[in-house]
Amino acid sequence: MKIGVAFQSALEALISNPLRSFLTMLGIMIGVASVMAMMAISEGAAKQVDAQIAQLGASNLTIFPGASRGGPRSGGGASDQPFTESDVDQIKQEPFVTAVAARISGSVMVVSGEDNWSTSLQGTNTDYFVTQSLSTSEGRLFDTREASSGAAVAVIGKTVADALFEGTNPVGQTIRVNNVPVEVIGVLVTRGQSSGPGGDRDDIVIVPISTARNRILGGNATVARYVGSMEVGIADGYDMTTAQEQLETRMREIRRIAPGGTDDFRVFNIADFIRARSSTQATFGVLLAFTAAVSLIVGGVGVMNIMLVSVTERTREIGLRMAIGARGIDILGQFLAEALALCLLGGLIGSALGVGAAKFAAKVGEFPVEISPRIAIIAIGASALIGLFFGFFPARQAARLNPIEALRHE
Amino acid sequence: MAAEATPLISCRDLTKVYRMGTQDVYALRGVNVDFVQGEMTAIMGPSGSGKSTLMNLIGALDVPTSGELLIKGRPLSRLSRDELADLRNETIGFVFQQFNLLNRATALANVKLPLMYARTPVADPMARARECLEMVGLGARMDHRPMQLSGGQQQRVAIARALAGRPSILLADEPTGALDTKTSEEIMDLLTGLSSEGITVVLVTHEPEVAAYATRQIHFRDGQIERDERRAS
Ligand SMILES: Nc1ncnc2c1ncn2[C@@H]1O[C@H](COP(=O)(O)OP(=O)(O)OP(=O)(O)O)[C@@H](O)[C@H]1O
Ligand SMILES: [Mg+2]
Repeated sequence: MKIGVAFQSALEALISNPLRSFLTMLGIMIGVASVMAMMAISEGAAKQVDAQIAQLGASNLTIFPGASRGGPRSGGGASDQPFTESDVDQIKQEPFVTAVAARISGSVMVVSGEDNWSTSLQGTNTDYFVTQSLSTSEGRLFDTREASSGAAVAVIGKTVADALFEGTNPVGQTIRVNNVPVEVIGVLVTRGQSSGPGGDRDDIVIVPISTARNRILGGNATVARYVGSMEVGIADGYDMTTAQEQLETRMREIRRIAPGGTDDFRVFNIADFIRARSSTQATFGVLLAFTAAVSLIVGGVGVMNIMLVSVTERTREIGLRMAIGARGIDILGQFLAEALALCLLGGLIGSALGVGAAKFAAKVGEFPVEISPRIAIIAIGASALIGLFFGFFPARQAARLNPIEALRHE
Repeated sequence: MAAEATPLISCRDLTKVYRMGTQDVYALRGVNVDFVQGEMTAIMGPSGSGKSTLMNLIGALDVPTSGELLIKGRPLSRLSRDELADLRNETIGFVFQQFNLLNRATALANVKLPLMYARTPVADPMARARECLEMVGLGARMDHRPMQLSGGQQQRVAIARALAGRPSILLADEPTGALDTKTSEEIMDLLTGLSSEGITVVLVTHEPEVAAYATRQIHFRDGQIERDERRAS
C-alpha cells in the first residue's frame, strides 16, 4: 500500500476517535512544548552571552598589573610595577596585535552650568576607538595628535549628554570634569545597557590619556607616563589562546621576569570570563531540557500503550484487511503511520505551545528567549522518531497476526 | 463440459485438526475434491461438519494440518505469507456471513480497499469500485456507510468488494445466513450471474432453496464428503 494511502487511513482512524487521539497526543504535546520552551530559554541566555562578549570585544585581551587571579582588577597592589606608555609601544610591535588601548579610568563629577553628573572617566588613546568600535553620532572623536598632546577635549556618552544638556547639542560646549574645563567634541553613538559589567555603557566621558593622567585623575608617584591597563586588539582569525600565551611571554621579557618568577601582570580574556560565568546557567538549561526530553519519552510510552489497545480492538479489521490481500508490511505500515501521525501532530501542536510558553515567559520573567527553527525541527523530528520507535512494537504485533484468528477475534 | 476441465482448485487429502487441550478435534478428515472454472458449488451439511474450515483453507486464510491444496496448480504449502496475501488479493474473493465491512468507511471506500493492496497498481481504483457497486445494484448508495445500509445491501457491498480485484474464485460462507428470503434470492441471482461469467463460485449454506441455485452440491458430515452431486445445466 502506498504511503499516502497508509497515512490517509491512519488519519481516518484517528479522527474516528478524536478524544482518545487527543489524550494520546497530550503526552507528546507537553513533552515537545517543554523541550521547546526550555531550549528557547537556554538558547536565549547563550545568545545574550554572545552579545555581551561581542559588545566587550570578542577579539580583545586585557592586560592588568598585579598577580591576582580571578576577576579583573583596575589597579595593582602596592608592590606591583605599574604599566607605562613604553609597555604599550612594545606590545604594539607584536605582529598579531592590531591595536593597544592604554587606559586610566576613574570616577569623576562632570558639571555644565547648573547641572552636574557623576560618571566614569576613561583616559585613553585612539586605539580604544578601534578595540571598542566607537563612533560618534554628533561631532567627532579625538585624533592621535590631540591624544598625545593632552588636549582638553572630551567625547561623551549619550547618558551624560542628556544629563547635562537635555536635548541641546553638547558639541562645542565646555564641561568641567573634576573642576578641569574640557571641550566636548563629540557624542558617542548610543551602545545601550550592558547586562555584563559596566551597566549603562553610555554613561561615560572619554578624554586623551595624558589629559586624564596629568590634569584630571593624577598620575602615579613611582613612574612617569603611567598606564592603568592595556586593552589589546588581536588580528581577526588569530587564535585567542595563542595570542594570550604570546602576550604573556612578551610581557615577561619586557618586565624582565626571570624564568620561574611570579608574573606581576595578568592577561585576561573577557570572553572566557563571561563564558565561564554563564556556563552554570547553560548547564542548568540543558538539564531542564533533558528533563523535558524524559517527559517526551513518557509520552511515547503512552502512544505505545494506546496503539497496543488499538491493535487489540481492531483485530477483526486487521484480519479482514489480510483476508482481502494486505501483506504483513501493509498492516505494519498502517499502524506505524497511525503512531507517526499521532506523534507528528502532537509535536506540531506541542512546538506551537512551546513557542507560546517561551514568549510568555520572556514577557513575564523579562529574560531573553531565542526561538530557533532548528530546535522546532529537532523537536518535531524527535517526536516523529518516538512515534516510529514506540509504534513499531504494536504495529509488528498487528502485522504478525494470523488472518483467520484475527477474523474470529471478538 | 465442466468435468473434463483442469481443476482451478484441487484439495488432496485435506486434514485439519484442532487441538483442544489434550483432545484432538478433527474438523476435516482427508477431503479430496476439485473445483473447475465457472462451476457454482453449494456446500451443505450439519453444523460443525467442517464447511467453514474447508472454505478458510481454500481462501488461503488458514493452513491444513496435512494434505495439500492447489490453486491454479500451485501448492499453497510452498507459498510464503506474502505470496498467500497476494493470492487472496488477486485470485480469491471472500464473502463472509457477517459482511466484515469497515464501519467508518463508505461503501465506495470498502469496495476500493482490496485495490489499495494490489501489487500491480490498478489504473483507476475509484472507477473500478464504482463499477462493482453498480454491478451489485448499489450505484445510488456509494457514499453510505455500512450502518446506513440494510443487511442485504451490506452483503452486496461485501460482494462488490470481493469482485473488485477481478478474482477467478469467489468464496461465500453462508452469504445469505443473515438475510431474509427475498434478499437471499437477490444475492443468489447475483452470484449465479457471476458464475455464468466464468467465475468459480463456492458457497456454504444450510438452506436447500439457496443450494438449488448451484450446479453442484456437496454434502459434508463429520469432516468428510458424504455426497457430491452435479446437476445438468
Ligand atoms: N478455532 C477452532 N478451534 C477449535 N476447534 C474449532 C475451531 N474452528 C472450528 N473448530 C471445530 O471444527 C469443527 C468444524 O467447524 P466448522 O466451523 O468448519 O463447522 P461448520 O461446518 O462451518 O459449522 P456451521 O455450520 O455451524 O458454521 C467443529 O467441531 C468446530 O468445533
Ligand atoms: Mg461455518
